Amino acid sequence: MTDQGSSSYAPDAAIAADILAYLETHENKDLLRFLTCGSVDDGKSTLIGRLLYDTKMIYEDQLAAVEQDSRRVGTTGEAPDLALLVDGLAAEREQGITIDVAYRFFSTEKRKFIVADTPGHEQYTRNMATGASTADVAIILIDARHGVQVQTRRHAFIASLLGIRHVAVAVNKMDLVDWSEARLHEIEAEFRRFGDGLGFGDITAIPMSALTGDNVTEKSAAMPWYTGPALLEYLETVDILQTEDDAPFRLPVQWVNRPNLDFRGFAGTVASGSIAPGDEIITIPSGKRSKVKSISTFDGDLPRAVREQAVTIVLEDEIDSSRGDIICDKDHPAEQSDQFRAKLLWMAEKELLPGRQYRLRTGNKTVGASVSALKHKVDVNDFSKRAGKTLELNEVGVCNLSLAQPIAFDPYAKNRRTGSFILIDRQTNETVGAGMLDFSLRRAANVVWQDLNVGRAERARQKHQRSAVLWFTGLSGSGKSTIANLVERRLYDMGRHTYILDGDNVRHGLNKDLGFTDADRVENIRRVSETAKLMADAGLITLVSFISPFRTERQIARGMMAEGEFIEIHVDTPLAVAEARDVKGLYAKARAGKIKNFTGIDSAYEDPLDPEIRVNTARMSAEDAAETIVAYLERAGFLSGE
Amino acid sequence: MPSKDDHIARLTHLDRLEAESIHIMREVAATCEKPVMLYSVGKDSAVMLHLAMKAFYPSTPPFPLMHVDTGWKFREMIAFRDAEARRVNMELLVWQNQDGLREGIGPFTHGSAVHTDIMKTQALKQALDHYGFDAAFGGARRDEEKSRAKERVFSFRSAQHRWDPKNQRPELWNIYNTQVAKGESMRVFPISNWTELDIWQYIHKEGIPLPSLYLAAKRPVVERDGVLIMVDDDRIPMNEGEVPEEKMVRFRTLGCYPLTGAVESEATSLTDVIQEMLLTTTSERQGRVIDADAGASMEAKKAEGYF
Repeated sequence: MTDQGSSSYAPDAAIAADILAYLETHENKDLLRFLTCGSVDDGKSTLIGRLLYDTKMIYEDQLAAVEQDSRRVGTTGEAPDLALLVDGLAAEREQGITIDVAYRFFSTEKRKFIVADTPGHEQYTRNMATGASTADVAIILIDARHGVQVQTRRHAFIASLLGIRHVAVAVNKMDLVDWSEARLHEIEAEFRRFGDGLGFGDITAIPMSALTGDNVTEKSAAMPWYTGPALLEYLETVDILQTEDDAPFRLPVQWVNRPNLDFRGFAGTVASGSIAPGDEIITIPSGKRSKVKSISTFDGDLPRAVREQAVTIVLEDEIDSSRGDIICDKDHPAEQSDQFRAKLLWMAEKELLPGRQYRLRTGNKTVGASVSALKHKVDVNDFSKRAGKTLELNEVGVCNLSLAQPIAFDPYAKNRRTGSFILIDRQTNETVGAGMLDFSLRRAANVVWQDLNVGRAERARQKHQRSAVLWFTGLSGSGKSTIANLVERRLYDMGRHTYILDGDNVRHGLNKDLGFTDADRVENIRRVSETAKLMADAGLITLVSFISPFRTERQIARGMMAEGEFIEIHVDTPLAVAEARDVKGLYAKARAGKIKNFTGIDSAYEDPLDPEIRVNTARMSAEDAAETIVAYLERAGFLSGE
Repeated sequence: MPSKDDHIARLTHLDRLEAESIHIMREVAATCEKPVMLYSVGKDSAVMLHLAMKAFYPSTPPFPLMHVDTGWKFREMIAFRDAEARRVNMELLVWQNQDGLREGIGPFTHGSAVHTDIMKTQALKQALDHYGFDAAFGGARRDEEKSRAKERVFSFRSAQHRWDPKNQRPELWNIYNTQVAKGESMRVFPISNWTELDIWQYIHKEGIPLPSLYLAAKRPVVERDGVLIMVDDDRIPMNEGEVPEEKMVRFRTLGCYPLTGAVESEATSLTDVIQEMLLTTTSERQGRVIDADAGASMEAKKAEGYF
């Protein structure tokens, strides 16, 4: 080490090197999320307080505050009541119980930990489910004096229901049973009698005393007969690989990233598996296939993205996919369905009402849903089935769910991210239920939508044309239908494939339930636009003859068609001319007040600002107008199959 | 080709925290009508802004930044704020409580509680109402304070901006309930699960720019009730015969200069700061004058609409 020889402040080189090495190590630690649960007074808060204290996560001022509080409300006499470190809310400190899930953080040389401290009081069981939903490991506390309680079974059941694989049974207060080995074995056996049937990957029983610190962060000298790990050692070494690591690739699309026309990325967090450029994918439920072109991030493109990474995927093809889709491994796609068997935990004071409409929210989609049938309730104390019509707060049931639209999913047992949902009350917007999808009730659910191999371009090419929607707008009596009919006749004679959607005719069938209020007019246009879109998809040249007086609704129609496919034709005839013609006698009736909301009389007509074609029938004949339009189509390449 | 396990092992705790924050921000962008990011110029805001740049890359984050300026921030914070907004090319909204300004509300004349309430809490509510934001990102962390430890990532606020700690929506998996009725809103905390050390490590790893106030330098300070206050302008009243002293100090948090205690330090580089932080025995909120009252004070302030 050379002397810097400088009088100004310079950090000691050795310390600087140390701190960099330290940062390096600590930047590369992994993360374990666990939750603690147990009955009231089993000592959860004390245990977490102990972990924070022993891992040096408590600062002097925080400890001073706790010592001050301890004198006022503490239960530990002279020693600081470590539970007060974590009982955050004023109400809790006063009542001495933990009423809401709290998140705590500490780290050791090996791992960083996020602890969900969840309450043991029966009425707050929903909070335990909340903590369990993101946890890798559950620590279930048992008071050595009392053994397995009703609450213990409930907590084990919820941990299992939420898919936790690793369980540590922390037999606490061993100091109060004389550090008895026999007592530990007794309690462990009692726990395993029901715990072994709950599908956990492993169960580890650890005898300890959170109060004295025995077997919390260090091996206990008081229990030399115990050869297993202390709790902290267990947490530092437990294998946190999840079921989802081996599951096929899933990326629920959260947000479509479209900064400009040259970039279209699907942003989301990888729910399971991994993906690399070149991999073939399919989107569910939209059923589009493509290949991954790149995995784009702020830090550059990635060679591979893995579970839990938040990335943006760019595909080879410009496919139409959006929030709600799940991008899947092509060979192992997610299922889709709108009818499910699911497990449901009810979390609201107001009971579940089967048949009532709720909002169902998955990781990336919200749809209307109702519980069509409650099959049975599950008694969380002995796990037996019980009949019931409804679920009350903190009750669990198995039910049939009916959704307004299909969603992509995997069974929860295979994938926690793509198999979970919450239910939201439509009136209050509260989260009222949490659920886990078991399977689809439709046999067709496994059938993935095939990407239709014949595309619109091919269909149109076969007809030696390009798809187009000719949208004739103008006042009643302006000549829209007359011109549209002439155009269609000309195109037919040229061997092209066409269809006319006429405002009046459509109102006799498809739209006969609609009147002439503004709302009905909008719906009228929407249906016609959707129909025109289908026809364009079939490769047809579709002629729509519609007054369509409002700019916004014509804009909506334009927005629904493919780029360049929508041709707005303003049949521009002065009101006086149209009214003078009054072919159908409608203007006379409107003037007499017999027809309300008549365009041009007591309802506005908004002229197109920039139509593709404008024809003025006061100055040209209908034939000339038709000729103008056909010439436009030829010029713009709609009548060639290339 | 490396095996699957290699890739999984590659995700560190910072990677996982970053991904979680990005996920939260994208949920807001996708489901809220009019979000805003509250930018308070401190290190947590710096990290949050950096995460937003990542979340929406190559797009610019689809929301503006907003700073509630009490009028008593360190001068360097204001300059840094404006430079950062330009650098990231985001719209910056600055809101001041005009009523409070007119009445000359300040920490020296009215005390920290009144000043904070009117120029910060009330100002924030005014700004949210004025623009009609239905979601506001904040850089609060659960490790900062006991009541924050129990707050949701998506924290529902009534039309009066009130937080009801006993009636919070359960938050499971990474599914967030973003539904609000008209006038109601969400405060969203994307870095809830980060600790102070995570923040510093990430700033170090990513090279995130910070105001130099975080680094030790000779600065003029006076001591008030045992707290070192920097003389950032001439609005600070001097006691008779009092002369500001030049000391090597830095700040662990940034806020209104009269309410932010400096710590004496020789840490002139980021790594020095981290090193000191790792060796310190007091929490970062200790330097905040407004926290130094009863245990439940933050919870009470939050219920009123404070972040």
